[in-house]
Amino acid sequence: MTEVIELAGIGRVFPADPPVTALVGVDLRVCRGDYLAIVGPSGSGKSTLLNVLGLLDVPSSGRYLLEGVDTTTLGDRRRTGLRGSRIGFIFQSFHLLMYRTVLENVMLGGLYTGVPAPERRDRARAALDRVGLGHRHEFLPSRLSGGERQRTAIARALVGDPALLLCDEPTGNLDSANTAAVLDLFDDLRADGATLLVITHDDAVAARAGRRVRITDGRLTEVAPA
Amino acid sequence: MSRLPLKDLVREAIGGVGARPARTALTIAGIVMGIGTLVTTLGVSATAGNQIAGRFDAATATEVTVRVDRAADRDAPPLVAWTALDNVVRLNGVTAVAGYSRTPEGEDLPVRATAVKDPTRILNRRLPVLGSTATLLDPARADLAVGRFFDGGHISRHDRVAVLGAEAADQLGVTRIDNQPAVLISGEPFTVIGILGTVRRADQQVLGSAVILPYTAADDRLRLGPLTTVTIRTSLGATRLIARQAPLALASGDPDELQVEAPPDPASLRTGVAQDVSGLLLVLGLVSLAVGALGIANVTLVTVMERTAEIGLRRALGARRRHIAAQFLLESTVVGLLGGIVGASTGVLAVVGISVTRHWTPVVDGTLAVASPLVGAVVGLMAGLYPAMRAARMQPVDALRGPS
Repeated sequence: MTEVIELAGIGRVFPADPPVTALVGVDLRVCRGDYLAIVGPSGSGKSTLLNVLGLLDVPSSGRYLLEGVDTTTLGDRRRTGLRGSRIGFIFQSFHLLMYRTVLENVMLGGLYTGVPAPERRDRARAALDRVGLGHRHEFLPSRLSGGERQRTAIARALVGDPALLLCDEPTGNLDSANTAAVLDLFDDLRADGATLLVITHDDAVAARAGRRVRITDGRLTEVAPA
Repeated sequence: MSRLPLKDLVREAIGGVGARPARTALTIAGIVMGIGTLVTTLGVSATAGNQIAGRFDAATATEVTVRVDRAADRDAPPLVAWTALDNVVRLNGVTAVAGYSRTPEGEDLPVRATAVKDPTRILNRRLPVLGSTATLLDPARADLAVGRFFDGGHISRHDRVAVLGAEAADQLGVTRIDNQPAVLISGEPFTVIGILGTVRRADQQVLGSAVILPYTAADDRLRLGPLTTVTIRTSLGATRLIARQAPLALASGDPDELQVEAPPDPASLRTGVAQDVSGLLLVLGLVSLAVGALGIANVTLVTVMERTAEIGLRRALGARRRHIAAQFLLESTVVGLLGGIVGASTGVLAVVGISVTRHWTPVVDGTLAVASPLVGAVVGLMAGLYPAMRAARMQPVDALRGPS
């Protein structure tokens, strides 16, 4: 199996007085088609790990290979390009533009990788069909339920056909029914071959993943399958 | 490699501008006021300047007067002969010429009317006496109230006839000519054949209070002497040319001895007036434009802060810093452009409106109307520089933690 992510000895220290150590010696391999949950209490370094994995932050030490490319040595420009084209983000608070329709929001995926607008529209329609929102194209996000908003955000992440879906507490703002719907959608995506990485503090969400790792005080430990 | 086609950038920026209609409208209002003031003030001053210059064009801009100093020796040959007037008539641009000889200032002659109607009336007056050519009415822009002016025949026959200025006629008690009144000038009788109406030429108001005689008879009887004043009317715009040529035509031997009075160059006069007015108002317009620019900068900055999450999202989606900067720059430029368009239209309408109420001809500079939206866009662009820089500097990590 090809490796999508390979972390080797990743450390992240924030310059402060005294310096804050967020990550220490993190090693992690994620293969294509994996469904990995990262669990841990707040303040454990989850968000820092997510930022590093999402190329939003650069680790202080160690190597991070995304699809075999060493991202730690890349310039800002290449890293940004890689982030836009290979990683799909799904956030706890959805981050939809409230003044744009569902379709326009989904079309934002791929905007910065030079996909022409007509093709983005086609891809957005397909992605919305995939997440079951084919009938909501012209709605504004304010008229959608929380679950529908998150599915819109997932569709946006899918438009660019990313190698990795990076989900930060994707069900944190959802009730149990919507949580179940989103988790079912994740199962479907994984069945289609997507690579999913979900950061959560909710054990019920983590239980749906194929693999679980726990992060405590910046250190990563594999959790034996239940 | 990240890329952002221009068409998509424009679409994103316009979406951003349209997202908050109220705030966009308020921001545009700042630019509207600035550009509106600019166009209005420039337009009004141009219109007013044109108005002032227009009055000049219609009246004094066609008038040239040549004054000939009286020679000290009365028997010396005259500097300007009466026949020299024909040389001026032939000049291209001259529409009317007349010459007259006037009694020297302070040496007005005693004049009295013969008809005695009111015994209390003072009949002996000292009035200026003019010996004129027959063409005086046209260049002096005068008309006749009653009777007629003398003609070439009166002059060649040395007829003793007189035309009275309106004021002179009033003072002498001459109101009608059908009873053939006579006036005695230094005891010499002359028959009144006409009375002038109004004299519209400003520098020939002396005609109103004068007694005008054929120059031949005046010289015979009153020793009025050679001509002292030549009044010329020209076609519009020919005054400067005629002012140069007339002395040569009148006294080719000694043109520098003649004094020429021509109106000031209307073009420079108009420019001067308009510049004075518009210089002041231009400052006003620029100040309000600066206020508008500050408004845009302020609101765009607030927008940047408010849209922190959006910036983070766009960065997560692969936007580079320059893409973020370009979007906010274009948004503020669009706001400036819209303000410029609406402001220019409002300004033009204001100029037209003011002109209609004042019965002026509106003068609107087409270049100004076209350039104003561009100025608005540039102001918007400048105002957006700092906020766009702030937006581009944001760390996506921090931005994503901002409000959704």
